[in-house]
Amino acid sequence: MSLNVAVCVKQIPDPATPGSLSPADHTLVREGKLILDDSDAYGVEMALRLVEAAGGGEVTLVSMAPNSEQSGLRTGLAMGAHKAILVSDPVLKGSDALGTAKVLAAAIKRVNADLVITATESTDGYTGTTPVQIAELMGLPSVTFAKKLTVNGSSLSVDRQTEAGYDEVTTTLPALVSVTAGVVEVRYPSFKGIMAAKGKPLEELTVAALGLDPSAVGWAGSGQQVVSVTDSEARQSGEVIEDDGESHHRIVAFLDQLKVL
Amino acid sequence: MAISKIWVFAEADNGKVATVTLELLTAARATGATVEAFIAGDGAAVAAELGAFGASKVYATGDVGGALTSIPAASAMAALVSGGNVPDAILLSQSYEGRDTAGRLSVKLDKTVLTNAVGFAVEGDNLVVEHAVFGGAKTLKATFTAGGPFLVMVRPKSFVAESSGGGAAGVEVVAVPDAGATGGATITSRHAEERTGPSLDEAAVVVSGGRGLGEAAKYQMIEDLAKLLKGAPGASRAIVDAGWVPYSYQVGQTGKTVKPAVYIAAGISGATQHMVGMKGAKTIIAINKDKEAPIFGIADLGIVGDVHKVLPKLIAALQAR
Repeated sequence: MSLNVAVCVKQIPDPATPGSLSPADHTLVREGKLILDDSDAYGVEMALRLVEAAGGGEVTLVSMAPNSEQSGLRTGLAMGAHKAILVSDPVLKGSDALGTAKVLAAAIKRVNADLVITATESTDGYTGTTPVQIAELMGLPSVTFAKKLTVNGSSLSVDRQTEAGYDEVTTTLPALVSVTAGVVEVRYPSFKGIMAAKGKPLEELTVAALGLDPSAVGWAGSGQQVVSVTDSEARQSGEVIEDDGESHHRIVAFLDQLKVL
Repeated sequence: MAISKIWVFAEADNGKVATVTLELLTAARATGATVEAFIAGDGAAVAAELGAFGASKVYATGDVGGALTSIPAASAMAALVSGGNVPDAILLSQSYEGRDTAGRLSVKLDKTVLTNAVGFAVEGDNLVVEHAVFGGAKTLKATFTAGGPFLVMVRPKSFVAESSGGGAAGVEVVAVPDAGATGGATITSRHAEERTGPSLDEAAVVVSGGRGLGEAAKYQMIEDLAKLLKGAPGASRAIVDAGWVPYSYQVGQTGKTVKPAVYIAAGISGATQHMVGMKGAKTIIAINKDKEAPIFGIADLGIVGDVHKVLPKLIAALQAR
């Protein structure tokens, strides 16, 4: 049997460098090199393993990014994904989560996916709604916050994180699953993988090529608007001491003073 | 028209209403609007508690069996709206069920969702929604550009739940439209993780560990310390990503928001991702070997030292008491 998996990946500014908002339009500044969101590496890894286990099929990466940015996609291809679809179009600037989901859903429809995998949320925008919006737009069942997943023929078993613990969920395929970080150990791209990635198919599409109405995406389609960004009230720091081997006494005394002991 | 009617998407476990739902009802009530709740489940079991926090009515689907809550919830709410019962705003929690429901509902109504809200205010016919961004260093306010229902997903602990002393909410049973293919997922069994101490959300003391612990086995020190302080163990995203502890332990932007009386951060540098989830703690104690770590900028007591040296002594000292 074979299994085709589409993985939504986001290319984001390196989270290690402090983010900023454009003073002009309050969007996240996304200039310079973008990288594959760490949260998405788990989905790529999971997809590769499921396709290997199924004994056939393809992993397709799907991304929306400004300026034809490809570096994060190349990372996923180097890990072993077979091909990638990139939607890049100036009209997409300002898209809200729903607009983004419309674009990604339209792109995924071009792949005959048995399974769509996403992260639970992106590291930079973290609305956490896009995965389920994609599922609803595509008319698919969705299981979010997967800690474990196994494909059994035409169905999928998922351990889903809950407030109390976890639920075992079974779903028909095709379906969408969002995976939590740490769900699998992510492989590093090998040198061979990095070289092979350069030759893998990467299809770049515009909004018009997807058959979407430009007024449904970007600023035009966004249902939200930032009105102000201000500094929050800063929290003051207190006493900082160097550990001299006895600092635990200071902590105990502080806890005593706070009456938590 | 202003904001005259607000719905709160209610969550409950075995008839006990989630604290965050009570927080949302309290916040909704403060707008002066009519407050109604919606639950995918049995309405009678929660009507008294929802009413006591300000809901005049609860729309309930009744038992949903093994369905994932979001499927019947979103389709039943959308059906009410298309039938002419249109609230000005719908508040949901930034929780597992809240997020799924908001995502489905947003597509069904073709409305944007403002997420990760920590506050909101009525301004004319619109809502101005407040967000903590960049680890809470900045406050961003956003509003809606199209008409309601305005969908807002609020982070837990953004408001303090206060009873209104109201009587039980009236229960209105609502129809659940057939979900078709989207209803293809079914819960086959539920597992509650064994917990010996308080939950991360409710604990008065939270002890979190990060990358500075060096290896997964050292997380035991965090659990030991949490237990001694009758608190809950937490974690930074780095060690959850590394697979040392489950996602449910994560404190931060992509995890839980906690507001304990005392928060102890051990081996955590204080990435903005983490800070937004814990900077509301009343008192913060940080132990980190890098004196430049951002966590010291918000700590009430900072110990520049090696967690592998400080924690064992601290644990021994507390055990000796």
